[in-house]
Amino acid sequence: MTAVLSVQGLHVTIGQGTMAANVLRGVSLEVQPGEVRGLVGESGAGKSMLGRAVLGLLPANARIDSGTIEFEGRDFSGMPERERRGLLGRRIALIPQDPMTSLNPVKRVGAQIAMVLRHHLALSRRQALQRAAELLAEVAIRDPRRVLDLYPHEISGGMRQRVLIATAFACDPSLIIADEPTTALDVTVQRQVLQLVERLRQRHGAAILFVTHDLGVVAKLCRTVSVLHAGRVLEEGATAEVLTKPRHPYTRALLAATPRADRPADSLRPVPPELIESLWAEAHRIDRLAVAERA
Amino acid sequence: MVDLAVSAPIGRTLPWTAAVRRGGPRLWLGGAVVALLLLVALLAPLLAPHDPVEQDLLAAQMPPAWMHGGDVSFPLGTDSLGRCVLSRLIYSSRIAVSVAFIAASLAAAIGIALGLLAGSFGGWIDQLTSRLIDVWMAFPPILLSIVLAAVIGAGLTSVILAIVVVDWTRFARIIRAETMVQLQRDYATAARVIGMNRGQILRLEIVPNLVPLIVTLLAVEMGVAILVEVILSFVGISVAGDVPTWGGMIAEGRQIVYQSPWIMALAIGCVIVSVVGFNLLGDGLRAALDPVQRQ
Repeated sequence: MTAVLSVQGLHVTIGQGTMAANVLRGVSLEVQPGEVRGLVGESGAGKSMLGRAVLGLLPANARIDSGTIEFEGRDFSGMPERERRGLLGRRIALIPQDPMTSLNPVKRVGAQIAMVLRHHLALSRRQALQRAAELLAEVAIRDPRRVLDLYPHEISGGMRQRVLIATAFACDPSLIIADEPTTALDVTVQRQVLQLVERLRQRHGAAILFVTHDLGVVAKLCRTVSVLHAGRVLEEGATAEVLTKPRHPYTRALLAATPRADRPADSLRPVPPELIESLWAEAHRIDRLAVAERA
Repeated sequence: MVDLAVSAPIGRTLPWTAAVRRGGPRLWLGGAVVALLLLVALLAPLLAPHDPVEQDLLAAQMPPAWMHGGDVSFPLGTDSLGRCVLSRLIYSSRIAVSVAFIAASLAAAIGIALGLLAGSFGGWIDQLTSRLIDVWMAFPPILLSIVLAAVIGAGLTSVILAIVVVDWTRFARIIRAETMVQLQRDYATAARVIGMNRGQILRLEIVPNLVPLIVTLLAVEMGVAILVEVILSFVGISVAGDVPTWGGMIAEGRQIVYQSPWIMALAIGCVIVSVVGFNLLGDGLRAALDPVQRQ
């Protein structure tokens, strides 16, 4: 079985010369069809950058130094622009981080969902709106016909995120990249959104790369998980395995720093500074090796 | 898990009435002035009591009808050649209105096209356009118009051309900046992720957000165009000498300002009312169309 997404040895640098910063240091990652893969790490670990690299959304001053990104066995990063645009939105979709800003403020909700459908499936306006209403019903929005006619500022944050989820699933993609889709939401709404994502995934059979810093979300949703730090994958495996029997000291430290209802609050331990230091020393050693290799 | 938080009133009011309400008195006052101006210009032959160029030297410099020595057949009196002032004011509005609409629309078309181009492509295209705008704006605009009108020769076309050549920069500069801002927004990224190309993103996502801005600029530009036309005809390099214009009437009235001050005063009044009218309309339309104020 070919992996839906296969990233091999991905190096990404932002900036040039002395200002250059390595954000990904040889990341390798595979997502199998239908798999939900968590991608966890602290701020600045490069997890969002990896998602952006896959979607071809790296900032203008970033570049891929080496490594490959394959989608369903085809070289995705090296693909001609036109061909890649044909896959984006149809085979690969994104659930963005911030539901407040990811919808166009001057366009009605219906038109925004219909846009994907019309762009890829050549549906008529009426057909697309019909399908959009069905999708809204699928994400548990009551009275979808009426919501189609509303502007984004007229619906709540949780509803906007559901609209974005509906849009992501609209063309039955085989891979969805969810970039911290619950971070901007209330905890109560977070749970609903996670359940919704899981239900839609089962129905539509998409694989999901779930980028998050929340180990609780990973435990609930993801079958497998990769732990990212300083642009490197430190540990990966089945979620149950990694979370209960972590092998890497960083994963262990991360778990000890996560608040849990079944443990007293004063048992929380910050990630030890000397561990962070040794991890960064290792990261910089990799950078020097990469520079030497290129020279 | 169904929640429905909708802040819009149930049973949405007609978008038109809501928009007019948001626009407030500025909208209908400005709209009324502009509509009146348009109507007068269109119906000039029906409204004017006399032929605007018909001279009657025996009835020269007559005061308005309500003053001592006035005549009801010349409601606003006559000028030094015995031509009906009211008829001349009415016919002058034709030049003003044509210049306002044609020149402003052409300037907008060129400015918007270049602004979108520069704002979306960036790089050397942006550099080139921006430098062009800088150089262009460094010239005093009226001087440039005078030079152009003098070089191309008198006539309606050359007045319009002079305004377009100078004023496209107003549009280009603002549209460029706003396009750049809009392209940074998350919904522009979201549009890229569903596989749209640059043209589609501009057309479907960016331009709808620019409409309030464009409408406002356009209305203000119409006022500016009227003013420029007045200045050009005041100095005598606008349309041919026998065609009545407000600027020409101000110039003629200036010579007999001590004997018949009303000629100059009435022409200036027409200019002020139309320019203020266009500005009010622009202001009102911005309030009516701006999505931020749609609440």
